[in-house]
Formats: sequence, C-alpha cells, structure tokens
Amino acid sequence: MYWNKEYECMSEEKLRELQLQRLQTTVKRAYEKIPYYRNKFNEAGITPEDIKNLEDLKKIPYTSKADLREVYPFGMFASPIEDIVEIHMSSGTTGKPVVAGYTLNDIEVWAEVMARCLTMAGATKKDIVQVAYGYGLFTGGFGVHYGARKIGCMIVPASAGNTRRQIEIMRDFGTTILTCTPSYALYMAEVAQEMGIEPSNLKLKSGCFGAEMWTEAMRVEIEKRFGLNAYNIYGLTEIIGPGVAHECHEKKGLHVFEDHFIAEIIDPETGDSLPDGKRGELVLTTLTREGMPMLRFRTRDITSIIKEKCLCGRTFSRIERIRGRTDDMIKVRGVMLFPYQIEKAILEVQGVEPHYQIVITRPQYLDEIEVMVEMSKETFSDEIKHIENLKKKLERRIEEIVGIRVKVSLVEPKSLPRSEGKAKRIIDKRSLKE
Amino acid sequence: MKIKQLSIFLENKRGRLYEALSALAKEGINIRALSIADTSEFGILRLIVTDPEKAKEILENNEFTVKLTNVIAIAVADKPGGLAEALKYLYDANINIEYIYAFVEKSGEKAVVVLRTENLDKTISLLQQKDINLLSWNDVLAL
Repeated sequence: MYWNKEYECMSEEKLRELQLQRLQTTVKRAYEKIPYYRNKFNEAGITPEDIKNLEDLKKIPYTSKADLREVYPFGMFASPIEDIVEIHMSSGTTGKPVVAGYTLNDIEVWAEVMARCLTMAGATKKDIVQVAYGYGLFTGGFGVHYGARKIGCMIVPASAGNTRRQIEIMRDFGTTILTCTPSYALYMAEVAQEMGIEPSNLKLKSGCFGAEMWTEAMRVEIEKRFGLNAYNIYGLTEIIGPGVAHECHEKKGLHVFEDHFIAEIIDPETGDSLPDGKRGELVLTTLTREGMPMLRFRTRDITSIIKEKCLCGRTFSRIERIRGRTDDMIKVRGVMLFPYQIEKAILEVQGVEPHYQIVITRPQYLDEIEVMVEMSKETFSDEIKHIENLKKKLERRIEEIVGIRVKVSLVEPKSLPRSEGKAKRIIDKRSLKE
Repeated sequence: MKIKQLSIFLENKRGRLYEALSALAKEGINIRALSIADTSEFGILRLIVTDPEKAKEILENNEFTVKLTNVIAIAVADKPGGLAEALKYLYDANINIEYIYAFVEKSGEKAVVVLRTENLDKTISLLQQKDINLLSWNDVLAL
C-alpha cells in the first residue's frame, strides 16, 4: 500500500533529476537568505553555481548541531518571521536548544511524508491512531498528527504520559495504530497487565515506534506483547521531525523519502564519505524545506545505506535501523560500545525483554562498566548457584559481543527507573573524577 | 510429603529484608522457619509460612520476585548425631543436599529440619524406608 505511488515508486533516473533540481533550488535559497551558509560557502570558496550534479553536494561543508546552537534562535531561518507558522525545538540537555521553523508549505511536506509513513504501517482513513508521542515543542506528537489527519484517520491526541488513561482509551476506543517511543510501548504493556488488561486483546494492528534507539529484540517483544506489527520510524527536529524515513512491511530497513531528503554516510572521525553498505554517521540534506533548509546536517546517528531494490516496490533507498549515536558511542578503555549491544546480549541469555542500566566509572585509572540487570520472574531460581551462573553467563556474553569485561549486577525487578520518553540507559560517572 | 517454601530474591540493599517481612506481618502471615543464603551482592530469603500462596501474592504485589519451591521437613532426635544419622542415608545413596536449615519450634521432643536435595522424590522414598520422620503440611502447621 502506497500513499503517493508516483513519487514513492519513481524511476531512479527521474528521482535523481528531481533531486538535483530541488537541491539547486535549496542551495540557492540557503546561500541567499541565510548569512551563516553564505559565510560557509565563501570560506569554502564555492557558490551555488558550483552544484552542477548530485556528486557536487560533497563540496558543501557540513552543518553541525553546534552550528545551529550558535545561531539560536532564528539564525537558520530562510523565511521572514511572518511566513513561519510553527516552531519546534529539540531538547537542550547538552547546551542551547535547536529551534526549527516551518512555513505553511513545510507543514504540508511534513504531513505528506508522515502520511506515507503511516500508510506503510497500514493506516487508512478507517483507522484510529493514538498519538502517544509528546505534543508540544517536541516534534513527535504534531508530526504524526499532521500525517494522520492528511490520511483522514481518527486521531486520539493522547500525548505522552498518563499511562493508565492511555490504556483505557486504547481499550474503550478500539485504537488500531499506536505511535510512541518503543520503551514507552513496553512500559504500557507492563502497566496494562497490572491493570488486568491483556495487551494482546487490544485492537492494535500496528505501531510506528521511534524517537529513540531500539533493537530487533525490542521489536519482537513489542509485537508479542501487543499482537501488532511494529514499524521503525526515523526523523529529527533539525530536518523536519518524524517522517524522514520509515519501514515498509518488509521491515528490512527504513525507506528515506528521497524526493525530500538526501542521505549520505560519512566516517564520524575523519568526515570522509563512505560507500553504500558501510556503517557510519548519517548526514542529511533537505530538498524542499523553505523555513529552514538544512545542508549536509550531521545527525550523529550511526547507520548505513541500503541501495538494493526493496520487494515492496518503492525505489527510495533505505537506511538500516539506527545502530547508535556518535555521542552515545561510549569509549571505554578505548573500545567503542553501544547500549544496543548490551541489550542484545541480555536478551539472548535471559530470553525476556531486559530492563538494564549501564554505569561507567573510573575508580583508579581504568574504566569499569557495571551493567545492572533486573531479575525477571522467569529467570529467578531458588538456588544461589543458578543465579551466579546467570550472572556469569551475562558477563561472558556481553564480553563476547562488546569485547570488554563488564561486571553484571542483578537487581530487583522494577528497581531501575522507567521512562515515559527516552530511556536513560547509560550513566557515565567518569567525568566527575579527574 | 513435600512442603511449600517461599524463595525471595533480595538485593543487598538497606531495608529490603525488613520490607519483605513487614509486608507479610501486616497481612497476618506467620513465619515458621527462615533462612537467608547470601552472596556479596544479593541474597535469597527462604521462608516456611502459614499460607504460602497468599504470602507469594502479597510479596509480588510489593514488587518482590518470589518463587514457590518444594522442600521436605524431617524430625530428628534432638541430641548429638540426630541429624547426622539422617544425612548419612543421603550420603550413602549419593544424594546431594542443596541447602538445609532448622525450624525454631520442636515437634514433640524432636528437632525439625528443612531440606532440599537434588532429587526430592528419591530422598522422600529413601528416608521413609529408613523410618525417618517426614512431616506433612499439617504437621508443619501444627508445630
């Protein structure tokens, strides 16, 4: 099922032609309207006329999150304030927030790409879509909302939080499509069970889950708990919000809406372009944004590009599920480590969805990692030796996967913090000691 | 002849033992025997209580991880060598003991010991043959 077959299944040749034409327009607009870009172009000794083909995109310098913070709040806007109709903002946990401005046309593009995403998840106008992403400055809630409205779904704008009410609504309204962060979905399944509601008896048929990193193992768990099809959605405030890429029913990578965005992969350390199939940092360029065009934005997300044609018939290339963030990529004793690797190891050993937290310390000169794992009902044994074995197995499997020795501590169920938004998986205490 | 025992996972954290026991006390559950097996990081609290099913529910409602485990209880002469005699039968039959602990109350003049072995059925039939006094659930409740 396609929302916009003409574009989604466009021939490669036509698509590249369209991309080039749109890229040239975007570059020109950025150069003319945004002093930041004009300076960058001047420093690099290029002008918009130098972009003659898609390969020339590589001549343009990268834009980083730090660059966007420097021009806070409106320095990246290419439209006068009177044409900006909406503002969103990314969380400012590591500094000043990033502000994104949308013109009416930008909102229309956002609704279009989100309608494509929801259609990939099986949405039609007969569906009831519960939006449990936060509404507000965060893009999640509004993005899904605009897409669902374009399709004509019945929208339940529940926003995030108030979990018991979310579940009552799902049961009473017969919600068919759930959209929220994957960790919140798992949390909801837990709460539903506490309320005596079996999540798999709800009418949910599918869900679009994203806004945080998650794993295949979590997908299996969400699908099993709710009896639905779980799809991976990707997006970010700096580019548009959710709706940059989404999985089709094949669930083998997320199709990037290439008529609106160009994806590249680079080596996060050297900044060199990497070939298709190689894992590295995702860099995105917008092709149709008016309010805030973005050229070669470094997302800090780690993925790779899949060029092979997808069985679903869409010609858009795919990215694999986000494998990590260049900034969550924790370097411990010089080894790169991602939380998803640890999650995978725990799931393999315990056989149930893990609740865990990674604590990194540096007691003396060496980094130490402690992984706290909640004991589950299923794996609890009456015998010390079985529990010690479980602990050893976890330590061994994690070491095999990440390549460094960690200490596993088994903790009581529900003793680790649960989240209604993004899960806090890593606590790095190293910076406290110098 | 099997007796239901509660096993509870406890993190070595201040107040956890108290919290488990006070949750049971509030609901009028009486503890007949108790032991804690501990390591440097966690412990397993093992309890024989008057109403194990209800106790399990109470503890689970208080977010504890609980398991019901089968054990046996034997009454042995309260004199030097009383327990050793019973254990010798297990030793001779090559049955390993996983853990053992004692009741506070006596059964008449005899001491009562809780026992878990790697093979409970075999243990029960062996001890019965040897005329060791195995307690039924009613015997335990009557202590």
